[in-house]
This record gives sequence, structure tokens and C-alpha cells, in this order.
Amino acid sequence: MGDLLRYAPILLSGAFVTVALALASLALATVLGVLGAAGKLSASGIARAVALAYTTLVRGVPDIVMLLLVYFGGQRLVNVTLGAVGLPAVDLPPFLAGVLSIGFLYGAYLTETFRGAYLGVPRGQGDAGRALGLHRFAVLWAVMLPQVARLALPGYANVWQVLVKSTAVVSVIGLEDLVGRANDVGKTLREPFLFLIVVLVVYLAITWVSNLALEWLERRAARGTVHAR
Amino acid sequence: MRVDLVLANWPLFARGIWITLELTAIAVAIGFLIALPAGLARARRMPWVAPALGVYVYLFRGTPLLVQTFLIYYGLAQFDWIRSSWAWELLRNPWWCAVIAFSLNSGAYATEIMRGAFETTPRGEIEAAEALGLRPWMVTWLVLVPSSLRRALPQYGNEVVFMLHGSAIASVITIQDILGAGRTLNAKFYLAYEGFVTAALLYMAITLLLVLIFRGLEGRYLRHLTVAR
Repeated sequence: MGDLLRYAPILLSGAFVTVALALASLALATVLGVLGAAGKLSASGIARAVALAYTTLVRGVPDIVMLLLVYFGGQRLVNVTLGAVGLPAVDLPPFLAGVLSIGFLYGAYLTETFRGAYLGVPRGQGDAGRALGLHRFAVLWAVMLPQVARLALPGYANVWQVLVKSTAVVSVIGLEDLVGRANDVGKTLREPFLFLIVVLVVYLAITWVSNLALEWLERRAARGTVHAR
Repeated sequence: MRVDLVLANWPLFARGIWITLELTAIAVAIGFLIALPAGLARARRMPWVAPALGVYVYLFRGTPLLVQTFLIYYGLAQFDWIRSSWAWELLRNPWWCAVIAFSLNSGAYATEIMRGAFETTPRGEIEAAEALGLRPWMVTWLVLVPSSLRRALPQYGNEVVFMLHGSAIASVITIQDILGAGRTLNAKFYLAYEGFVTAALLYMAITLLLVLIFRGLEGRYLRHLTVAR
């Protein structure tokens, strides 16, 4: 127990990295998800094909494979690109590699969430907005977005829970997240079990807290809707 | 991309494919053996058993598979009484640690799938079986279980793909699965991405194959649910 208290600050800094990584990845995934959904719902055949290729291919790859590919392959890409324009090579930070790979991966899952939610809003809503003389963007922003958000939230919450657990793999490329820190300390002190149990508890705490937040958001997004039952 | 090196080292990947498939199949099979009774116990709300299984499901679904694998592979070595017990022969071996971790993980997810399938069985189906004079065990094994398995099929397909992707974690504890082969290739020839690209393509191909297999199974076993168009 004494060891746990002594190393609590280190574990805490690791937990902070994990949460920051998860939030940054979620932000990227959300942007890619919106773009992907827009592509899938687009009138342009090319946009639809690109979005379809994105979701089909990316969802077939495990998170850890994507991470290693982005980290090592991305480093090569950076070096080659910088070398071509005569600049010195820079290191691709593991945190950035984590955000890029996890964001890219879960953007494909969010594409389906957003697409489904958009299609779940009755067509008449958008038509009514246009009939009232609202601009196309005003319809999207003020009429569609609040309703799409409500329908997308449960799926969004699901993806978030899976994404948080996915962040554990970044410890493999040496990022000092919660798992990496606990692993190092646990091995040094010959108490790996104890420290890994702490990791499990922290992950459960993260999902528990985010569940509360997401439930609150879902209630808030459902203001003004009448529940069946 | 040095395709020649990938092809020259193809036996490495062939072995990796086999190990990945073997690991996934064993984990899903043991997971199923856990999930069938556990899902039934959860659906029937058996006193003591159902809450205990609830804790199991919550722990394994709420935490990263990587950490669960570490806990078994690195964590258990902390205890001298485990190191001196007969189980150490298994637990010192990364293969068995992966099998144990993946099976327990798959079992937890599958328990919830089966519970859902059991709980959504139409009441009339059970009543009809009882009215025909079937004994309780016959109602369970001849009516409830087969009918629930059909309903669980689409989600079970997702779980198998999830496990396939999760199994890539095995490479972190030195198992030479598909990703392990990719990492070995890269390390051997100082490559940045060839091994990972090959691994990603292989995982994609297997994912696609699994999706097609489950689509075929659904077409066969859920035929009564297809809507005439």
C-alpha cells in the first residue's frame, strides 16, 4: 500500500496522459466522422466511394496495427517529406501517433453513427426549414444538428467507451500513459499485479464518470421530446 | 514498399495467420462455453450467481484487453505461491496467458449477447413448448437455446471480429501471430512499414471473410426474418 501512495503522482500523470489522448482522439474521430457521414450521404459518387472505402478498410484493421503503422510508417513519411525539401528530420511524438491512429480508426465507426442519426431525422424537418426560408446552412445548424445530436448520442457514447479502452495500446510505442507508467513501476518494484489492478480501477472510474456525463448529455439533448411509455 | 521481402518471408506470415486464427477460434469457443450458461443464469436472474456474473462481465468489458493480458502474463508472476504451483507451467507461457485472457474477455462480451438473446425470446414460444408438454430441460435446450442462438448470430459475428482484432495484442507478449510476423520482418530488415501494411491487409482480408461467413449464416438461420422485397 505504501508503494501505491508513493507512486500515486506518477500513476496520476499517466492517467492524465490517457484521458488527454482519449479526448484528443475523440475530437479527431468526430471531425472525421462528420466528414465521413457527409461523404456517405453526398450526391457525389466520388465522395460516396471515398467514404465507403474509408469505413470498410479502416474497420478491418486492429487498433494496435494501425498505431504501429502510423508511428513507424508515419515517421518514415515525415523523414522522406522533410528530406525532400531539405529540412532536418524530426521525431514523430508517440502522443501524436496515438491521436492520429485512434482518431482515424474511430472516425470510421462514428461515420456510421452520424450517418444513421442523420437518416433518423424525418425528411420533413429539413424541408420545413427550407420552406420557412432558412438558408441551407441555417437548416443544418438550427434544425438538423440538434435532432441528429440527440439520435447520435447513444452510439457516440458507445464509441467513446471503446475508444478509451483502445488508448491502452499506446503504451506499446513507449508513450507514458497509465498502462505504460503502471507497467514500469510494477516491474521495478516487483509488484506488477498490484499496479495493473490500479490501472483496471482507473479505467473503470473513467468509464463510470463519462457514463454520468453522457447520460446527462442525453437527457439534455432529449429536452422537448415526449417519451413513449 | 519492398514486396519482395514480404514474399520472401511469406512462411513467417503464413504461420502468423494460422496462430491468429487458432488463438481467435479457441478464445471464441471457450468464450461461448462460458457465455451459454452464464447468459442463461443472468437472464433468469439466479440469486447470487447472476450478480456475481454481473461483476465478471462489468470488469472484463470495462477494461482494456491489453491490461487484462498483462495482468495474467506479468501480474500473476508477482505471487510466489503461483510460481511454485502446478499452474505456473501454464502461466509462464505467453500462449496460455493469451488464451486465458482472450477467452475470459470474449466470454464476458458473449455473456451479455446471450443474455440479451435469451431475454428477447417471445413469451409465446416458451408457452407453446410448455403447452406441448415438454419438460423444463427440453424447453430450455430444444426451444429457448436454439431460438436464442439464432437471434444472437448478428452480434456474435461482431464479437468474433472484435476478438480477431483483439488477438493482435498477443504480439505484445511475444507471440508470433500476424502482427508478430510483421514486427519480426520490420526488425529483421530495418523496415518502417512493410510488415505492418502486410499485417493490416491480412487482418482486413480475414475480417471481410468473417463478415461474409456470418452473412451466409444469417441468411441460413435467420431466413424466417428476411423481409420479402
